[in-house]
This record gives sequence, C-alpha cells and structure tokens, in this order.
Amino acid sequence: MSLSSTLSHLWPFPGGVKLAGHKTLTNHQPITTAHIARQLIIPLSQHIGQPAEPTVNVGDKVLKGQVLGYAHGPVSAPVHASGSGVVTAIEEHLVPHPSGLSALCIFIDTDGYEQWTERSPLLSSQQNISELSSEQIHEQIAKAGIVGLGGALYPSAVKLKTAEKMHTDTLIINAAECEPYITCDDVLMQKRPEEVILGILLIKKVVGAKQCLIGIEDNKTEAYQTLLKTISGYNTPHCDTQIEIVQVPTRYPAGGEKQLIQVLTGKEVPTQGLPMDIGIICHNITTAVAIYNAVYRDEPLISRIVTLTGGAIKQPQNMEVPVGTPIRDILNQAGLDETKIEKIIMGGPMMGFALPSIDIPITKATNCILVSEKGELASPPPAMPCIRCARCSDSCPMSLLPQQMYWYAKARDLEKVQDYNLFDCIECGCCSYSCPSNIPLVQYFRYAKTEIWDDELERNKANIARDRHEFREQRLEKAKAAKAEAARLRKEKLLKKKALDAKKAKDNAKDNTKGNAKDNDEKNQSDKHSSTDLIQEAIARAKAKKAQQQSQKKNTDNLSEAQQKQIDEVNERRRKRS
Amino acid sequence: MFLAQSSPFLKPGLSVSKMMTVVTLLMLPGIVTSTYIFGYGVLVNIILAIIFALAFEATILYLRKRPVAIYLNDKSALLTAVIIGVALPPLAPWWLTFIGLFFAIVIAKQLYGGLGYNTFNPAMVAYAILLISFPAEMTTYWQTPAMLAAQFDGQTLTLLETLNFQLFGQLPAGMTIDALTSATPLDIVRTSVLNGSATIDEIHTEGHAFGQFGGMGSEWVNLAFLAGGLFIMKKGLISWHIPLSLLATLGFLSLLFGSFELDSNPSPLFHFFSGATMLGAFFIATDPVTAPTTPKGRIFYGAGIGALIYIIRTWGGYPDAIAFAVLLMNMSAPLLDYYTQPRVYGHKADERDNEASS
Repeated sequence: MSLSSTLSHLWPFPGGVKLAGHKTLTNHQPITTAHIARQLIIPLSQHIGQPAEPTVNVGDKVLKGQVLGYAHGPVSAPVHASGSGVVTAIEEHLVPHPSGLSALCIFIDTDGYEQWTERSPLLSSQQNISELSSEQIHEQIAKAGIVGLGGALYPSAVKLKTAEKMHTDTLIINAAECEPYITCDDVLMQKRPEEVILGILLIKKVVGAKQCLIGIEDNKTEAYQTLLKTISGYNTPHCDTQIEIVQVPTRYPAGGEKQLIQVLTGKEVPTQGLPMDIGIICHNITTAVAIYNAVYRDEPLISRIVTLTGGAIKQPQNMEVPVGTPIRDILNQAGLDETKIEKIIMGGPMMGFALPSIDIPITKATNCILVSEKGELASPPPAMPCIRCARCSDSCPMSLLPQQMYWYAKARDLEKVQDYNLFDCIECGCCSYSCPSNIPLVQYFRYAKTEIWDDELERNKANIARDRHEFREQRLEKAKAAKAEAARLRKEKLLKKKALDAKKAKDNAKDNTKGNAKDNDEKNQSDKHSSTDLIQEAIARAKAKKAQQQSQKKNTDNLSEAQQKQIDEVNERRRKRS
Repeated sequence: MFLAQSSPFLKPGLSVSKMMTVVTLLMLPGIVTSTYIFGYGVLVNIILAIIFALAFEATILYLRKRPVAIYLNDKSALLTAVIIGVALPPLAPWWLTFIGLFFAIVIAKQLYGGLGYNTFNPAMVAYAILLISFPAEMTTYWQTPAMLAAQFDGQTLTLLETLNFQLFGQLPAGMTIDALTSATPLDIVRTSVLNGSATIDEIHTEGHAFGQFGGMGSEWVNLAFLAGGLFIMKKGLISWHIPLSLLATLGFLSLLFGSFELDSNPSPLFHFFSGATMLGAFFIATDPVTAPTTPKGRIFYGAGIGALIYIIRTWGGYPDAIAFAVLLMNMSAPLLDYYTQPRVYGHKADERDNEASS
C-alpha cells in the first residue's frame, strides 16, 4: 500500500462523539521540567502483571537509574530509581489506581545530586540501527522496564516477544491522542520528532514489521507536519520499510486501539482476540520514545511527560516528571489555585479517574492530571429514566446496544448482559456522555463486569473446593481399599500357613501311624537339623557382627602410654566418686 | 476530599428536558401555519391540552410519590400535549381535549410506569380512543376560517368567539353548528372514491379537496411541519431512519397503486401533504420511547407505518391513519429491536443467527 492510497482510503468507525478538545491550553507550550522532589514514592507495580520484587533495603543508597525491583514472573517489568538518594522505607502507600487502593512502594529521600548509575548506550546517534540485533534491542527494552504508555501498561518486552512469535507484519503507532485536554503526545511529537522516529524504527526492527503506520488525529497539524518532515529524512529508498503517517478524522475515540486499527486498515480485531491475531501490533508514540531513551541513552523508564491542565491550574503545561514525584509537588509548580479545585482527575475526562488525594505519586501510567474548576466538568445530576432514544447505541464505536445492556445490568441478569456482548465494551464513555437522561451507563457496565468476574472467581473457588473434596474422598477410598487388600493378604497368608501346618501335622500323624520309623527318624532329623542349622547360622552372624564391630578402629586404640595413663586416672576418679 | 464519580466526567451536551423543548419549539412553524389556516381553535386546543397535561402529570406523579418538579421538568408531557392539541379538530369542544389528555397522560403513560416505560405512544393512544369513541366530533370540526367567511359574508370566529364555542358551546348569533362542520380533504377523497361517486379528476375540478400540491389547506401545514422536522433532524435530535423510510414507503405504495388506477388513487404528493403525514413522520413516529432503537429496526418500523398509513387511508374505515399505524407498529418495536441487532465490532456477521438457531 502506498502513501497516497492509504491517505485517500480510511475506514471510519461507527459511532463516536465529537468533543471539545481543550487542547490549546497546553499544546503550544514548551516542555518544562519538574523540580527534584524531596521524596520519591515509587510503586513496585506500575504495570499489568506481577509487581516487581524489591532488590534494595531500607537505608541503601541508590543512584538514579538503579534497579529498585526486578521483574518477577512472566508478565512483569522492573522498576528503577528516578533520582539518587537513600531508601527510607518500603511500605504500602496510596497509588493512583481507579480502585483507590494502596500498594507496596519504595520511598527515596533524594540527595539532589541526581547521580546516575553507569550507563553504556547500545548505540550512538551516529550509528545505524542495523548494527544491533533485535535480541539486543529486546533485552534492553525489558531491562529498562518499558510498559505500554498509552494506558494499557502491558510490559512492552513481553508484547514484542509475542508479536515476533506471531509473525506480525503491520506496526501501528498510536499518536491519535483523542481524549480532550491531553497533549503530552502532541508536544512530544512537536519537540522531539527525531526520538519518536528512531524509537519507531527500533520497534519495527524488533517486530520485523513490513508495514508501519502512524495514526494521528487531524487536529494536530503541527505535530503532523513536524513528523512528516522528519520521516522524509529516514524514508530513504534504501530503507526496506517506509514509515507512513496518516491523519485520521478527529472523533473520540479514534485513539482506541481497536478503532485506530479499523480506521487505518479496515480490519477488526476479533472479539476476545488481540491485534496480533490479524497481524497487527500497536504501540503508543510515547512508548517509542521510551525505547529510544533505553537504547540510545541507556536510560530506563524513570520519567514521562505529564499534561497538567484544567481551570484550577494557573499555568497549564506539559512537564517532564520523574516517576514517583508526588502529584502535589508538580501541581504547585504549575500554579495550583486551591480555592478553585473541584475534581482532580488522572488521565482524560472521558476515561480517567478521580484521585482520592494529591499526595500520591506520578507513575509510568500518568499522562495527564486534570484539575477542574467548578462548572468545568459534569457533576452527577440525578439520572432520569431511559427514554430509549438510542443515542448511546448510535455513539457506541463497538456497535453495542448500551441501552439493552443497561436494563440487564441493572436487573443483575448477568447472563443476558453477556449475550449483549458486555465484554466487547471498551469503556470509552461515549454512551454515558451522550445519554440525555444522565444515566451512568459505563458505571453499570463496569459493575456488571466485576460482578461476573467475582462470580467466576467464586465458581472457580467452588470448583477447586469440589475437586479437593473429590480428591480427598478418592484418596480415603484408595487407602481403605489398600487396607482391605492388605488385611485380605494377611488373612490369606495366615490361612495358607494354617493349612500348611495342618497338613504337616497330618503328614506326621500319618507317618507315625504307619510306623515307618526309619523314614520318620530321618525326616525328623532332617527337620531338626535344618532348624539347628538356622539357629547356628544366626549365632554365627551375630558373632561375626560383633567381631566386625570390635575390629573397627576406635579412638581408644593405639593410645600412647601417657594417654592411657590419663584415661586410667580419670576412670579411677570416677570409680572413687561413685 | 473530592467527589467520587466514575468516568466520563465531561459535561453531557443534552438533557431529556432540552430535547423535548427543542422538538416542541420546532413544532412552532407548523402550529403557526395551522392557526393561520384553521383559526384560533388550534391555539385554544394546544393551550388547553398543555394545562390538562401538566395537571394530570403532576397529580399522578404526586400519587406515585415521585419528585414532581424534577419529572415535570422533563417536558415530555408538554410535547404530548402539543401534539394532541395540533391533531385535534380546530373547533373541538374542551372535554374532547380533556378526555384525550386523560388517556394519554394517566392511562397510556403514567399507569405504564411513566416516561420511558410506556409501550404505546401516549398522544396516539389518546387520538385513537377519541376517534373511536367520538367519531363525529373528531372528524367534522375541520371548518377553516376561509370557508366560514365564504358562507357568512366574510364573518369568521374571533379568538373570544372561538373560546366561547370550545368552552361553552355558544356560537355567535346567526351561526349554526352545521356551519362549522366540514370534512377534511382526506375524508372527501376517501368517501368519494370508496362510494365511486367521483374520480380523482372530478374531485379536482370540484376544488374542495386538492390545493396547490397536497390536501387543501393542510398542504401548507404539512410543509411547515416538514421544515421543522428537517431542522430537528439536522440538530441530530432524531435520526433520518424513521421519517425517510416512512415517507419512502408511503410514496412508493401510492405511486405503485396510482400507476394501476389513476382515477381512484391520489398522487404521492397528496399523501405527503395532507392529513398529518409530516407531523406523523417527524414528530410522532420518532417518539423514542415507543420506537425501536436499532438503525435497521427503525427502518422497518418507519416502513411499516408508511405502509399501514397507505392501507388504512385507502381501504380502511378512517380517513387518516397515523394513530393506528403508529400504535400497530409500537407493538412490534421490541421484536424489531431483538431481530435487528447490529453486528458488534470483531464479531462475525452471522453470529447472532447461529445463536438464535442453536
């Protein structure tokens, strides 16, 4: 597919909503840098899968970029220190997560020196990517703790490995950034286009993709032009694959992975499947830059660009923030107007979640902190009855029927909700947003999903319990059977012996009555002989054993005279005392 | 510290109240035209209907222990009232409106569970019940001021005289009830053609039924409702599916049968622009509560209404058919919803069929 044909042919997704962007608040500002925080709070789980295992102890001095926790399990990622200092605690702390739960974090009191661990970049900017093997890049990505920064937080190394195995031929770079307010990807593309492209080339190399598309919403003209210019420097005829950048219509949720794939390729990810099932892998543009940093600078993923925006922030901006920096610090740096705060949301207003506190750290996942003033966002008005207007299903990018699902979710008819394909819901929020009755549809769907997962868990537990019970019954039965069998065998043996004895006695009696004295004597003698033989043999064995024991060397053998004398004296004393 | 709420947090652009208000406001062109053509009675009907509707709605909400102010504010009763007000004969006595609104608000809507839970379009339930119970009153008070003026040397009913007649049944001196009765164009065409007393051409030359392009008088009202309807469509408050499929089916059938028997079948234009076709297509059939929700379902629904309108108008017992057609299709909405579910992203096209057959 050539550039022009891709441009001219897009496959629009159904539904979606047009939203006010609010992006101009931040998308033309330079990227600022966060002040060094006095204390860093670094959660050990900043990714999907198993939390990292801590490798440092309280009191350890750590350097910037040093590993704090190693990847534990098949799906996991390491965590690194984002500043130099001393580990002061390893304990539970509130983390930015929709659940509002706490998780294990490493606390570092920074020393302000920002002293790095030793770094040895795999490549310098003069070198060509072809000098690296894809294994080297892959290893570096795993080591750097890079996770999907578009929101999924799936460890990138694991994803790339799977993609490699599944012969993925199309790489799609998601630069759509369709959520209102967020501009961190936008400014990244505007300010660091080289890093973006080199990062993409690295991913392409690892995946072995034949086609590479960047999908960007058409409201980011500056970023688009910048990237276009930069790409032309790399799309030389010698290149085996060209990178194409494609503008997609601005309509939420164009940046949803499934929607972007549909718009760019016309293909649909099968339900319950992965993009790799149709030969596609998606990566976020920010992830590409993280991979660039890992390979060209040997910097692990310890900082990211965060959009700080909303009506209660005096200087909305994009800030490069070390992971673990408390949100309060950076909000203050951007000029937080405490009197105006209404809600604090991490992520965008469509899919983000309200933070319970601002004394929690920035993580790898934090792309935006939105602090709204009164009236800027919706306060939940009372939900009115559904009037079946179908604006929800008209706006659903997955062509679901939210209105039907809502009825069944409300009635807790979990089977019916699944019949209406609840698990295809991507929770983009279009339905709730377009509902004129203010019904929190997505909330109902989240509820139904959790209920179903809970039920499944319960069922699994019940299954396990049943299996255990059955196993125990089986085991007991087996033991019983074995016991019975042993008893039977013993009984049999006893019976046999009895029968034998009886036979012998009978034989003897018979012989006696016959008066065959000679024979009898002989037999008796032989019997006796054999028994005396056995006894003698036993005695001989015992003797031999004793002899052997005696013949074994003891520490009392070969004593010198002096030693013998001492022992004798000791024995003498003992005797006397007793 | 902060309000716990799950995403999305963006302000929704629309509320039920706003939807209903905009739709009601966009009926204004039709109402104004209707008043111009049929006299002040239309306005009196609408105002009476609104008063009755709000009173019934408030009473029942109170009895059902619902927050009256919040639910009254959804303005759905207002829209129902305006539709009934426009649909009734312009000189209908007040008790006709009263009974209509009682059935619409109390029986068809609130007793079914209120807004969103009713199976049948409340306004059309009211209309159908009135049409069956009071056929004379419902079909004969369609006198237009112009016709009246022709009979009484330019004398028509003033607003006060209209009120006096509708509320107290008193007419100004010299006028009789008979003078106020007049058949609608649809009625004239139907009876003449059914009786075989006149062909379409003859009715044309008589000049009582046909106007410039549609039904006499009502063509302008229909045109005004079409304009308002197109505007709500443009505002995205209704989808194109129902109005378009309704009009397309109605037009297709009248064209089809008209091409066989030109003498007894009026043209598609006449069907489009007489009776309550445009009001029905854009403001009545599109009532979200009682229509299907899937795009395909809406097309079938609209087409069904269109076909039924044609059938009832041509061969049925009533001159106009919007109410019966809509009510009949209301019944099929759940079925249509079930069998026209769209293919979900990432699913194969025939998955639903397999599930249904297995």
